[in-house]
Amino acid sequence: MSATGELKFEEALQQLENIVRALEGEGLTLEESLSYYQEGIKMVQLCRQRLQEVEGKLQVLLLDEDDTVTRDLNRPGDGHE
Amino acid sequence: MPVPKVLAVRELTAYLQRLLANDGRLANLWVRGEVSNLRQPASGHLYFTLKDQTAALRCVFFQGRRRLGSNINLKDGLEIIARGQVAIYPRDGVYQLYVAEVFPAGVGLTSLALQELTARLEREGLFAPERKRALPLLPRRVGIVTSASGAVLRDIITVSQRRFPGIDLVLAPAAVQGEAAPAELVKALELLARQPGVEVIIIGRGGGSAEDLSAFNNEAVVRAIFGCPVPVIAAVGHETDLTLADRVADRRAPTPSAAAEMAVPVKAELEQRLLSLAIRARRAVEHRIKLARAQLERLSQSRGMTRLPQEIYYRQQYLDGLEQRLRQAWQQRLTERQQAFQHLVARLEAASPLVILNRGYAVCRRPGEANPLRCSREVAPGDRVEVVLYRGCLYCRVEECNGGKICQQQEN
Repeated sequence: MSATGELKFEEALQQLENIVRALEGEGLTLEESLSYYQEGIKMVQLCRQRLQEVEGKLQVLLLDEDDTVTRDLNRPGDGHE
Repeated sequence: MPVPKVLAVRELTAYLQRLLANDGRLANLWVRGEVSNLRQPASGHLYFTLKDQTAALRCVFFQGRRRLGSNINLKDGLEIIARGQVAIYPRDGVYQLYVAEVFPAGVGLTSLALQELTARLEREGLFAPERKRALPLLPRRVGIVTSASGAVLRDIITVSQRRFPGIDLVLAPAAVQGEAAPAELVKALELLARQPGVEVIIIGRGGGSAEDLSAFNNEAVVRAIFGCPVPVIAAVGHETDLTLADRVADRRAPTPSAAAEMAVPVKAELEQRLLSLAIRARRAVEHRIKLARAQLERLSQSRGMTRLPQEIYYRQQYLDGLEQRLRQAWQQRLTERQQAFQHLVARLEAASPLVILNRGYAVCRRPGEANPLRCSREVAPGDRVEVVLYRGCLYCRVEECNGGKICQQQEN
């Protein structure tokens, strides 16, 4: 679980669900459940971060040049021309 | 003057064969004509001539191809469209059509080509359900291939921003109909697939006639979708008339808005799901700690744990008892000693001459001597004596000495 930066959102979410299920189940020692919980918190933070890190941009690729034009989606009127 | 080169017949034929083989248009073409001179020898292969008012074309339809490509029964006089490859038959020195498929002439050509392409791609497995990929739950960026000016883009933007405000979109604009459309669609797909973070692509256009949708039945476009490294959602055709793009895509949406709903999750729902998982994790851990605490409590009150302190307590009490006995013994011994001492002191005091003096007795002695006089004969009249009283001393002169006999007799 070290390379958490590489995890896709659903992978992180899936791990989180597994952790919660394990926590809710029987058979974990106290130490285990604490370390599971820490891992779970890490996943929650990772997912939250992924939910926040979008930029709200519409990027338009130009076919002729390998160039891009970026528009801010928060500006009204974009995408309507 | 150059010597003319003379060819063998087989050399010329081989040259012509190469010529025809190098012409891509001859490799797969459609010919319309009337069947005549149809023959079917025991081999099962069909030989016939296609002709119209002014020309004739020899055709051969091999048994093996017929199983795949024939959906009508050929007979003389039937007007058909045949698809196949034109090549030389060296033995007879004729060119002929090696037929792959035949169709009744009434059918539109586009439709025939489409049927053929569909069947071919189907055999290749491009539409196989098992190769469909799952869409990501939350794509970092959503790629869009469509016209930059259409309502499609607007719909996709509106829906995705409503579901996940601020999600990043990448548009690769492409003509969706017309001559240039297939090439532009292919290029747009390839371009998007190279963009970092693009994890799903929507390819779509608004509704249109079958002719308008033809770019999405183009083989290159279909193959580009098939070969795209990220999942593709197609929103092109109509429910009743799917394009090959719709069939090859990983998911198919009835409208561009629906495609955006497939590609983009609702942010609030994800947040809610995350929150509820976080809460569940917390509750579970708190519960676990509570459990551990209760367990600890139970254990600490169990006989196993309480016996030891009691043991210690007993021993301490025993020790305390011993200490007290020790103290008492010592105290008693001390008291006894003190009493003995007091007794001695009393005896000592009783023996002191001062006590006797106090009772009114006196000690008489010669001045400067320590021993008292015990007998009157120890002094003579006129001697000075010292009489010690309880308080103070008297210095006296002896006038008379009596009774010394008794004293003398007693001493003797």
